[in-house]
Amino acid sequence: MKSAGPVLTVLIAILALWYAGAVWMNAQWVRDQAERAGQTVTWEQIVPQTMNQSRPVLPAPHQVAVELWKAVVVTPPTSKRSLIYHAWVTLSATLLGFAIGTGAGILLAAGIVHNRAMDMSVMPWAIASQTIPILAVAPMIIVVLNSIGITGLVPKAIISAYLSFFPVVVGMVKGFRSPDAMQLDLLKTYSASRMQAFWKLRLPSSMPYLFASLKVGAAAALVGTIVGELPTGAVAGLGARLLSGSYYGQTVQIWAALFVAAALAAGLVIVIGMVQRVTLRRMGMLR
Amino acid sequence: MIARNAGGAQVAPVVEARGVGLTFQTADGPVHALKDVNLTIAKGDFVSFIGPSGCGKTTFLRAIAALEAPTEGSLTVNGMTPDAARRARAYGYVFQAAGLYPWRTIAGNVKLPLEIMGFSRAEQDARVAKVLELVELTGFGKKFPWQLSGGMQQRASIARALAFDADILLMDEPFGALDEIVRDRLNEELLKLWNNTGKTIGFVTHSIPEAVYLSTKIVVMSPRPGRITDVIESPLPRVRPLEIRDTPEFMAIAHRVREGLRAGHSYDV
Repeated sequence: MKSAGPVLTVLIAILALWYAGAVWMNAQWVRDQAERAGQTVTWEQIVPQTMNQSRPVLPAPHQVAVELWKAVVVTPPTSKRSLIYHAWVTLSATLLGFAIGTGAGILLAAGIVHNRAMDMSVMPWAIASQTIPILAVAPMIIVVLNSIGITGLVPKAIISAYLSFFPVVVGMVKGFRSPDAMQLDLLKTYSASRMQAFWKLRLPSSMPYLFASLKVGAAAALVGTIVGELPTGAVAGLGARLLSGSYYGQTVQIWAALFVAAALAAGLVIVIGMVQRVTLRRMGMLR
Repeated sequence: MIARNAGGAQVAPVVEARGVGLTFQTADGPVHALKDVNLTIAKGDFVSFIGPSGCGKTTFLRAIAALEAPTEGSLTVNGMTPDAARRARAYGYVFQAAGLYPWRTIAGNVKLPLEIMGFSRAEQDARVAKVLELVELTGFGKKFPWQLSGGMQQRASIARALAFDADILLMDEPFGALDEIVRDRLNEELLKLWNNTGKTIGFVTHSIPEAVYLSTKIVVMSPRPGRITDVIESPLPRVRPLEIRDTPEFMAIAHRVREGLRAGHSYDV
């Protein structure tokens, strides 16, 4: 409870900044309206009018809160207006993509650690893959997969996997190589095979690295899915909500969708953190 | 080849080194870690390797364990190449750090070599119980390494090296990181263990008293290139109370070791 004070202070500071920003950025519209009507407005008149515009440049916090309440709580989750519905669409593709990305990342890392040819050849490609803007690749993946009859969840999951495998590869290569020379020498004195060294030493040693990578990978997977939802014609998902919001100037809708996306990412990271704690405690690595 | 052990009886040599040399190729040119090393270790010997850093004592121990390959001469362990001896489970190796897996209990750590070598479950449990008793860690099997002191961790690592019944125990400064009091106790226990099991022990150390107290044979080495300058057969009896370190015999051997180290110009730098 000691941390409640500082946390609350920061929260209030953010809200205050946000309100100030809303007034600042939305004031121009009020002035333009007044000018067109041939009136002059004072700051006292402007401020209230920046708080409840229907298409503000920056919606005020309470507008976003009301929109969130409507879209998350009031609207039934089966409705296409419900953010729960869209969040689930995004989350399911994210989870599938995250699973594929994590699996591929761990396999690639195991290959890189055990095979010199892979060590030399895979890593540059993995790095190159991440330098290509995902916004450029995503539509191509969607179109190509669509042309061979794969639609819906899978193409988005593949884009999500494309982004999330990278932190897992980097982290797990480091993790699999974390045992020191002495540990490897010890196994050598037992004439242990490379497989035994992997299962008994490298894999358990890599656990702390795995969870760090998973946290980065989960956030990347979510971004990948949202980007993957943009070129699908804004059918469903948080990405679709963001896109349609920007089509129609619905900034409040965009911000509400952004908050839900942030909450999803936070939720994923928290779940991974809990799995991490349980796993490491069971392994006796948490004191 | 015939060798004599501490008691003077004729026994087959466990380690036989003839003209062993080992050169590392580094970016700065070749480094002669070992040069013309001749040594015979008999079964049941407790051999200490002492010398300053860079004298090749650890390299020689690692060569016996097939962790390094000599570039010259011949080196046999139990009459085989070091590599074949390793596959025949001839030796257990103890490093300076205990190196226990933090995710395994003490019993789990001792079990590690047994799992790798494919012992049955029942056999594993029986052996773990036996070696934990040998190093006086009975009752600590279910603890995790971090719950034990440094000395106890090192005892567990010795248990791990003993678990698969190797005849040779190779120890690379096993007590180097421990304080003097713990070290004394572990030295005493190691001697007891050696007496009870009849293992052959190769022991690398920096400490003259430790080498003299433990060994039946003290190998004094000097650096650049790493070589043997003196081999001292200890006249001390096999059973040695800690007080033996105050006797004139003990002092005399320690003196000879010190002289040997000085003769190798080991403290020039």
